[in-house]
Amino acid sequence: MQDFANSFSLAFELLWRFDPALGEIVFLSLRVTFAAVLIACAIGLPIGAALAILRFPGRGLFVVLFNTLMGLPPVVVGLLVYMLLSNAGPLGVLRLLYTPGAMIIAQSVLVTPIIVALTHQVLSDLNAEYADTFRSMVVPWHKAAVTLLWDARYALLTVVLAGFGRAIAEVGAVIIVGGNINHVTRVMTTAIALETSKGDLALALALGLVLLMIALAVNAAVMAVRASARRMAYA
Amino acid sequence: MLTRFFSASAAAVLALGVVATAPALADDDRFIIVQSTTSTQNSGLLDAILPQFKEKSGIEVRVVAVGTGQALKNARNGDGDVLLVHAKPAEEKFVADGFGVKRSDVMYNDFVIVGPKSDPAGIKGLSDAPLALRKIADSKAPFASRGDDSGTHKKERALWKMAEVDIGEASGSWYRETGSGMGATLNAAAGMGAYTMSDRATWIAFKNKGELAILTEGDDQLFNQYGVILVNPEKHAAVKKDDGQAFIDWLIGAEGQKAIAAYKVDGQQLFFPNAVKETN
Repeated sequence: MQDFANSFSLAFELLWRFDPALGEIVFLSLRVTFAAVLIACAIGLPIGAALAILRFPGRGLFVVLFNTLMGLPPVVVGLLVYMLLSNAGPLGVLRLLYTPGAMIIAQSVLVTPIIVALTHQVLSDLNAEYADTFRSMVVPWHKAAVTLLWDARYALLTVVLAGFGRAIAEVGAVIIVGGNINHVTRVMTTAIALETSKGDLALALALGLVLLMIALAVNAAVMAVRASARRMAYA
Repeated sequence: MLTRFFSASAAAVLALGVVATAPALADDDRFIIVQSTTSTQNSGLLDAILPQFKEKSGIEVRVVAVGTGQALKNARNGDGDVLLVHAKPAEEKFVADGFGVKRSDVMYNDFVIVGPKSDPAGIKGLSDAPLALRKIADSKAPFASRGDDSGTHKKERALWKMAEVDIGEASGSWYRETGSGMGATLNAAAGMGAYTMSDRATWIAFKNKGELAILTEGDDQLFNQYGVILVNPEKHAAVKKDDGQAFIDWLIGAEGQKAIAAYKVDGQQLFFPNAVKETN
């Protein structure tokens, strides 16, 4: 297996000379995934907080539902979004199919349940500590939610990273709704799939290594922000 | 307090980032979407000729490369302006059903049967494809099939029928359906030491040949014709009729045909233009 050694040197070479074609693909990957994670957080954090604080009939059902949806197969999400955005589908008029917008939608659908379920988990634990205080001060639930989200912000960073990891690594959804079009909707994972199908296994694995390094950089950056914010808080 | 400031500024940066990338997501370039097959993309043909068309016309061609079966299905849904595929009977049905305007021949190459160099079924040098398949079936040597209703898969099934082999019965034993593209199937065949059928273009450009080699070729039955079709704008109003037709005219015209003939990998021509000259 000559390919392994080849892949490592190829990966470093690609990064070293900052191949412009690769740069474009990396940039699109990050753009799509950041946008999707942001949308998922905008939807998922409030829902997760509401599920942690509010007590209403059927709440348990929602919790189970979101926990289940964490396991949504990307290819199924891709298919559903394709059917929605297809010209023969209900949202065809938006002309979003085969654009980065479609990929952002698909990844948002994938990531939102993860954000909801994990946020609910994190905030439930914290809410158990705060519940008495909230009750004695008659804090309305949305204010309690803001307090919980703020106080759990460091734990929630990990939740966001879990969503990021899911989105940046998936190929099943984006290849269906994006179409892997060169210079338009080709991202890291679909490029890897393409090179594999061309039989260029060394290049495919090299791209995989590059993807891993990008994920590493993002995780390191978030952790650095977290560490420095903590230091400032205690300074 | 500092933390609050830090987080607020981080949020602001994030928000700015979104605002900055949002306009980039909306694109109003002039482009068409071509539903095509993996063979035209994996062989590198489209990457080679499309820039020439763009330079001439200003129209960007965005290619969605899937199996012919899926390409036809996507085009049926109106998700594309032009079809460039290789399964003539299915293409003619597509036009007859009213989903396409007209089908034109573009180019051809041929299919080859590849297999392990050790050749357990003894088909090396044969030029009779059904006979070669018959021998593979008799020897029960593994055969990797696309199994994805692509143009190649349709052709392969037709050949098995001519060889009078019941592949349905053998599926799961020596006959293995990968349900994926040509490249993935070649990867699987290389891994399993299996026989498979590939279009010549994908085969030549394929880089993970391993122990595989061409064993049977040259049968007229292995002819592989590519056709181009404009998706019917009467079925789907969103079809970019004029730009799509401009691409088709270029592809089957003198310039496109010349560009196809000029594309070579390792000195070998992969596709042979054979569009019929329009007489009107």
